[in-house]
Amino acid sequence: MAEKNLPMREALRAALHEEMVRDERVFVMGEEVGAWQGTHRVTRGFLEEFGPKRVRDTPISEMAIAGAAVGAAMAGLRPVAEIMTINFAFLAFDALINHAAKIHYMFNGQFRVPMVLRAATGWGNQATATHSHTPEPVFAHFPGLYVAMPSTPADAKGMLKAAIRDDNPVLFSEVIALYPKPGPVPDDPDFLIPIGKSDIKREGDDVTIVTIGRGVEWSLQAAESLAKEGIECEVIDLRWLRPLDMEPVIESFKKTNRCVVVEECLPHFSLGSEIAAQIQEKAFDYMDAPVKRVSAMDVPLPYARDIELMALPDTQKVINAVKEVL
Amino acid sequence: MATQKVKVDKARLLDWYRQIVLIREFEDRCDELYREKKITGVYLHLYSGHEATGVGAVAALQEHDHVITAYRDHGIALARGVDPNPLMAEMMGKRTGVSGGKGGSMHLASREHNFWGGYAIVGGHLPLAAGIALESRYNNKDAVVLCFLGDGATNNGYFHEAVNLSAVWDLPVVWLIENNLYGMGTPVEVASGQPELHKRAIAYGIKDAGRVDGQNVVEVYEAASEAVEYARKNGPVLLEAITFRYKGHGVSDRAYSERVEELAQWQARDPIIVTREILTGRFKNVEAELDKIDAEVKTIIDRAVEYAENSPAPTYEDLIRNVYVEDANG
Ligand SMILES: Cc1ncc(C[n+]2csc(CCOP(=O)(O)OP(=O)(O)O)c2C)c(N)n1
Ligand SMILES: [Mg+2]
Repeated sequence: MAEKNLPMREALRAALHEEMVRDERVFVMGEEVGAWQGTHRVTRGFLEEFGPKRVRDTPISEMAIAGAAVGAAMAGLRPVAEIMTINFAFLAFDALINHAAKIHYMFNGQFRVPMVLRAATGWGNQATATHSHTPEPVFAHFPGLYVAMPSTPADAKGMLKAAIRDDNPVLFSEVIALYPKPGPVPDDPDFLIPIGKSDIKREGDDVTIVTIGRGVEWSLQAAESLAKEGIECEVIDLRWLRPLDMEPVIESFKKTNRCVVVEECLPHFSLGSEIAAQIQEKAFDYMDAPVKRVSAMDVPLPYARDIELMALPDTQKVINAVKEVL
Repeated sequence: MATQKVKVDKARLLDWYRQIVLIREFEDRCDELYREKKITGVYLHLYSGHEATGVGAVAALQEHDHVITAYRDHGIALARGVDPNPLMAEMMGKRTGVSGGKGGSMHLASREHNFWGGYAIVGGHLPLAAGIALESRYNNKDAVVLCFLGDGATNNGYFHEAVNLSAVWDLPVVWLIENNLYGMGTPVEVASGQPELHKRAIAYGIKDAGRVDGQNVVEVYEAASEAVEYARKNGPVLLEAITFRYKGHGVSDRAYSERVEELAQWQARDPIIVTREILTGRFKNVEAELDKIDAEVKTIIDRAVEYAENSPAPTYEDLIRNVYVEDANG
């Protein structure tokens, strides 16, 4: 199968483009998605190509962006709504949680909500406390919503296409720091990554590293460096926070008996909290060490570069954690 | 207020009368059943007093138009023609309820009636209305969305964002404020800097359709008809109906009994009385027909209660179903 080397933003753009060409019902809406060409350039050129009916600039109205996407989806369209950055998705929380995630259940299956809410996520470049959230676990708390967080351009493409084609609401988190990073991306317009399917990004027998999004990069770098010392890490990229693909994690844990969770989010009620809980529930007899979490520090993110970086996970912290569980 | 254009015929008026008393009877029975603990839970918001607004406005719609509302939704569902049996079953949390016993009083919906539901987060359904209207525009349909909302709902951000979005996207929505003078215990003038709520339209550059007497079904129908046709041709419009709720905010409201005098004034202009007066003023010997309708409606509600009581409860299978769409590839 033919491939192209694309940065993640272009892989996402290709996914959206292909789905808009494939299905008239798919349209994009959000702040600056049209004339501005997209805050993160994912919808670059779309307004010119698809016109204002299918590329809809909105006012700065997060509640209405998410809520109107819910209504449009219920009525049979397939909106891909964009929240400029996930920090602003807190304003859309009610529409997502009380509406998108509940409507299918609450009305006993009478309505479906096939919408995708894309949001750029993650910290970096001194974006400060209000603009540095990676709060995906908060959204993943609720049944009825899927939560995606790709780590490579190929995954980004296949996952976004699957999200658009699925009849359930999906929060699709795109790590800002990964937008420019390139990787091979299949051309196949039907290349899909199934919802809730994790991926083993590196095999190893000594420690299981469970991670997602940007954590994959730190974990792979750590694994590479640890391999030189003869420590072999298995790196599992969950790809989706919901549905959570625990089976491969448990399987790997039964082999390694040790686990480190690497996440960009805060530690309190985090992805790692859930993984650790499930490992002790499902594989208690296989545990040779406590599950260790590498997360952001439990503080709001400050502006100053030196202390900002101090608060955040990185490759060295992953290496240290792996050594602690060995 | 709208001027009368087409004279509403007798059959239509009788049908509205029937709907109004049907809603009243349904709500009175719900109230009773709640006190008998046959309807349980903490939330049950009755539509008593609002009937002329719901019936008159829904009558202005065509079948392919859409209706959406908040949690005070029983009357709207009935006005839209949803069968009282599954509605009553929903009140009792039965498997045969419109929402399978999973939604409850505040979350009634019937897809086949283009009744998109009751929603219990104040203002939460407003952007949904905009989204449903967007589908109509997107696919070049001429369907309109009639979105009911309370006076209280005009004060959270959803109202601002959804109404503004309807303006900039030119969506076929009739925003119909059912101003019953209170949001729970808070009077409109305490909650709203501009208590003439229809004037909010001006701020968004949409059509201000003014205020209508929400106790008079014919006047509501006429104003709503104009608004619906305006929305169909042009875009969003805001209409305000002044009405009053007879019961507490919900069944657990203890404060409303303080409003006895105000209540008596409104009950003197009860939608049932007003509709009866319109009919008896216009047609001879209509009383017998009206009394017959009253009796028929009681039987319908008796049957609905019986149906609900004899229906099975939802099961474990129902509990875990429909969290996600299972055949999920659209
Ligand atoms: C966002 C939100 N805030 C508060 C509530 C609690 N609440 C339920 S109904 C209500 C009053 C709403 O009044 P109004 O919109 O006038 O409708 P009415 O009950 O008079 O029909 C409040 C405050 C809620 N359900 N949702
Ligand atoms: Mg009110």
